[in-house]
Amino acid sequence: MEFVAQMINGLSTGGMYALVAIGYTMVYGIAKMINFAHGEIIMVGAYLAYIATSMMGMPSYVSIVISIFGCALLGVVTEKVAYKPLRNSGSLAVLITAIGVSYLLQNVFLVLFGSAAKTFPTYIPAGTIQFFGISITYVSLISLILTGICSAALLFFVNKTRIGKAMRAVSEDKGAAELMGINVNNTISLTFAIGSGLGAIAGVIYGMSYSLIDPYIGAMLGIKAFIAAVLGGIGSIQGAMVGGIVIGIAEAFTISYVSSTFSDAVVFGILIFILLVKPAGLFGKNVREKV
Amino acid sequence: MLKVDNLDVYYGVIHAIKKVSFEVNEGEIVALIGANGAGKTSIMHALSGLIKNSGGSIVFLDNDITKTPAHKIIAQGLAQVPEGRRIFAQLTVQENLEMGAYLRTDSKVDDDLEKVYEKFPRLRERKTQLAGTLSGGEQQMLAMGRALMSKPKLLLLDEPSMGLSPILVNEIFDIIQEINKEDGVTVLLVEQNANKALSIANRAYVLETGNITVSGNAQDVASNPKVREAYLG
Repeated sequence: MEFVAQMINGLSTGGMYALVAIGYTMVYGIAKMINFAHGEIIMVGAYLAYIATSMMGMPSYVSIVISIFGCALLGVVTEKVAYKPLRNSGSLAVLITAIGVSYLLQNVFLVLFGSAAKTFPTYIPAGTIQFFGISITYVSLISLILTGICSAALLFFVNKTRIGKAMRAVSEDKGAAELMGINVNNTISLTFAIGSGLGAIAGVIYGMSYSLIDPYIGAMLGIKAFIAAVLGGIGSIQGAMVGGIVIGIAEAFTISYVSSTFSDAVVFGILIFILLVKPAGLFGKNVREKV
Repeated sequence: MLKVDNLDVYYGVIHAIKKVSFEVNEGEIVALIGANGAGKTSIMHALSGLIKNSGGSIVFLDNDITKTPAHKIIAQGLAQVPEGRRIFAQLTVQENLEMGAYLRTDSKVDDDLEKVYEKFPRLRERKTQLAGTLSGGEQQMLAMGRALMSKPKLLLLDEPSMGLSPILVNEIFDIIQEINKEDGVTVLLVEQNANKALSIANRAYVLETGNITVSGNAQDVASNPKVREAYLG
């Protein structure tokens, strides 16, 4: 029973990693850059929900919507202001800029809210539900459902809708996509918006799961989700989902059967292992660099 | 229909296209021939807006499209089959064709899809397959079908024979003629395979290191001794 309970625990944190990893992987697919500021978007998402509920007294669902749209807007603005001017520069310039944006966001929230942790509002009552003798917290259950719905909706959007297909076309060949009449700039903006919106949901899940938020929560979460994206094969949405779940479960099992101090070591160990054994990731394709 | 006037294209300091002028009239097949590196693809990219020309003007159907961004060109009725086909390998054959009709909102899209499948029966057989798994000839057909899905008035074809066997080249060129005669699409054809291009074209221009050196109706160009020596062997 303990095993199944830990499995569900892992699935629920893994789902949160997956939502964040999707943001990394989609942006990489379209813009061919690692958006290292993505972790901070999650932090901002958690804070926006906190501001809306705890400071402005909005109901939970309104706060979550504000958080999603706020982060989507932040993602789009970041791309336009910081990354777009560098689209034809080397990837190192973009990478350093992303790290800069990450520190900027962290420090803006540090100045505005201080380094002390804030108590995240209680959207879901504490308590557990029993399934065949296994107790699952409401938060875990809701997180799982939320992640499932978001992932399914995203897969449907990307694979079945006209704009989703256009997005995949842009990620393959921007020039050819433009020849089809696809507005590449708008597609890139939309990708940042979706990735950041999903990040906001992950931020809210983080707040609900751990109840304390501070301006640094995005850093570690971001790195772990990035590992999940690499594990799954960067650029692949399904890969990011699987990678997130694997990282979440590995972490949960390490915490319960080994020691919580080892959990980060295991996650980074997975990164080293996958880079040695299958650098393209589980769902990644070996792409030969064009000369 | 298309009038290019004193077109200049620079890549950094390299003057790739030097004051090139030519025109394409409605209903024609016009061939632009020249050796590798003569600037054929640069002209194509300038026409479709993928590179911004540094000087001169491009007028299509009385609209100046010199400064129009690439993604707005196809809506004017000017579609391009790019060099190297550039199909979307990770999309299915049918999704590739849908991308060609990306901007169309009219109800005839399904009919046109059917027409493309009639023209290229092999694409119908493979419509759920990923485009990257197609052979070179099938990819060329897909790229042409994709461009036709936009219902173009002028079709730009960049090196359609590249990398294909002689039998497939004949098949592709038959289809180009069919598109021109039966569907009434004007064609601007860029080719290294000068023999083949001149055999179906009405008029032709010869491009050498960024300049047009010979022009005229296709038969005259084909019998021009300089052209025969350099391109027709």
